[in-house]
Amino acid sequence: MLKTYNNKAWLLVLPVVLCVAFSAIIPLMTVVNYSVQDILGPDQKVFVGTEWFQLVMRDPELHAALGRQVLFSAAVLAIQIPLGILLALALPATGWRSSLSLVLLAMPLLIPQNVVGTIWQIYGRGDIGLAGAALTKLGVNYNYTGNSMDAWLTVLVMDIWHWTPLIALLAFAGLRAIPEAYYQAARIDGASRFAVFRFIQLPKLRGVLLIGLLLRFMDSFMIYTEPFVLTGGGPGNATTFLSQYLTQKAVGQFDLGPAAAFSLIYFLIILLACFVFYSLLQNAGPAEKAPH
Amino acid sequence: MQLQLDGISKGLGADIHIYPLSLSLQAGKINVLLGQTRAGKTTLMRLMAGLDKPTGGRVLADGVDVTGVSVRRRNLAMVYQQFVNYPAFSVFENIASPLRLAGKIGEQEIRSRVEAVAEKLHIAHLLKRLPGELSGGQQQRTAMARALVKQAPLLLLDEPLVNLDYKLREELRAELKELFSNSNTTVVYATTEPQEALLLGGHTIVLDAGRLLQQGPTLEVFHHPANQRVAEVFSDPPMNLFPSTLRGQTREAHLASDIAIPLGAHLHGLAKANYTLGVRPSHVRLQPHSPVDYPLRCEVDLAEISGSDTYLHTRHGDINLVAQLAGVHELAPGSNVSLYINPAEVFAFDAQGQLAGSPQRSAA
Repeated sequence: MLKTYNNKAWLLVLPVVLCVAFSAIIPLMTVVNYSVQDILGPDQKVFVGTEWFQLVMRDPELHAALGRQVLFSAAVLAIQIPLGILLALALPATGWRSSLSLVLLAMPLLIPQNVVGTIWQIYGRGDIGLAGAALTKLGVNYNYTGNSMDAWLTVLVMDIWHWTPLIALLAFAGLRAIPEAYYQAARIDGASRFAVFRFIQLPKLRGVLLIGLLLRFMDSFMIYTEPFVLTGGGPGNATTFLSQYLTQKAVGQFDLGPAAAFSLIYFLIILLACFVFYSLLQNAGPAEKAPH
Repeated sequence: MQLQLDGISKGLGADIHIYPLSLSLQAGKINVLLGQTRAGKTTLMRLMAGLDKPTGGRVLADGVDVTGVSVRRRNLAMVYQQFVNYPAFSVFENIASPLRLAGKIGEQEIRSRVEAVAEKLHIAHLLKRLPGELSGGQQQRTAMARALVKQAPLLLLDEPLVNLDYKLREELRAELKELFSNSNTTVVYATTEPQEALLLGGHTIVLDAGRLLQQGPTLEVFHHPANQRVAEVFSDPPMNLFPSTLRGQTREAHLASDIAIPLGAHLHGLAKANYTLGVRPSHVRLQPHSPVDYPLRCEVDLAEISGSDTYLHTRHGDINLVAQLAGVHELAPGSNVSLYINPAEVFAFDAQGQLAGSPQRSAA
């Protein structure tokens, strides 16, 4: 077969290549560079090969942070996705009630992360915080600065408060896209409310839920600001997630080599997990594919 | 099932969707609801199904008042414009779903009924697929199979072919009559296309802007439209209409100062007055059909080729004339043609728009 080659075509991709180079590839290469060298001073560096990688892979503190992180993300997904769907189903579909609920629901999404952290820090305080004081009054021994479990739960509840609306909004939009005829057909068939959800709404929501799941996974896996403001990673290491651990290494202890090596691993974990989620959900049933 | 609507009406706030109307459907036959978009076809169907409650009037099924009875407790099936199937079910499970939900039907019987109806609709080889993997035509066939398998006494079809492309529509349309013929189901079929009504035959109910204009055997309505509006709705492209005046004993209708069409025998009894004359586009020809054909010199505005027909839009002075010609005709805009009208094929409507005379069946 004859093919025509025209090298001018490369010029057309050049702007994109330059953009991606400056925004992603060059900064990433700096990290790659650090991860294989020991920087001793401004002009002194030693090539160390995979030494930093081996070091971080054997680091028990990192293992613990990773465990906490996986548990946290799993809890976030397990709670926020079903809760978001439930909220979307409960929202009024039309009229001013619908608009009002959507605006109210979207509020937390508009608040910056550090402000969210601050709000909950005050909210949870046992002396002046509304939630903390109420719990204390009820006889619950709640103290997020002292008790690891309380701290962990507070971060989780804060994240649910902050981000469940995103899932709810996505699911709400997905529900509105289902033609009325489907519901009519189900009524004529005599299908129950649950059957309508299970066999019409849920399959039709697959596309938007996949996007929601990926967004929430990536975001929760990289969570930093909120726990940093709320608990600073404590008490002990109870709420030190991967990002914070990384920051401690890089900025706190100035261990640039191991931090760079770990950054790369961290990036690969997220990439791999997203790929796995995406493939699993895409292959689970080809009926309703996510829009590409 | 003998379905009867008794003085039924539907309004939403100040909007009236259906003005009070009464009609009784032909039991076990095909009933076509013909009307342009927004005529109230879907609204009327929803009332028949019990999906909506009428503002006034009653719905009677076999003489029993079922107004306000939930659709869940009525036995009927419906097919929509959109291809409505359960997205996560295979074609087999989709077709089986109404039987499963009804309960009390053995697996063996479900299987045989699903397979029989799938065979009829030519989707037997697709039973294991999911709706998302099918073409539009196959999805609609699946939806129809779901409706047919139920063997409900009432089957409602709301413009089921409108979202299919031309070829598929023709194909499925040809099979429809056959599908509905050998059952005791009362079929209601809503459509905007006169062609579909004629093909399905049966009984036709013409709706326009929420009002019932005419009902009767399909051919009867086609050949004797009660008024001008029915004639327009039941003709595609719409019937050519010309205001005219009948004068003297000349038995001629004056359309303009230079046109006087001789009247056919069926219009000889008309009194002197103003009438609107109507000619179907398919009755306007390029060659004379009989010696009495009246030639009209026209200027071509546009020759629109649709399928194997040509729609010729022409003009003579203030008069617009559309001709539906078989085959492809390439006529340049601005060129002049002679078009022939057979006086025996002319309809006449009086000043109120009511039918004053229609052609003999054989001529039409």
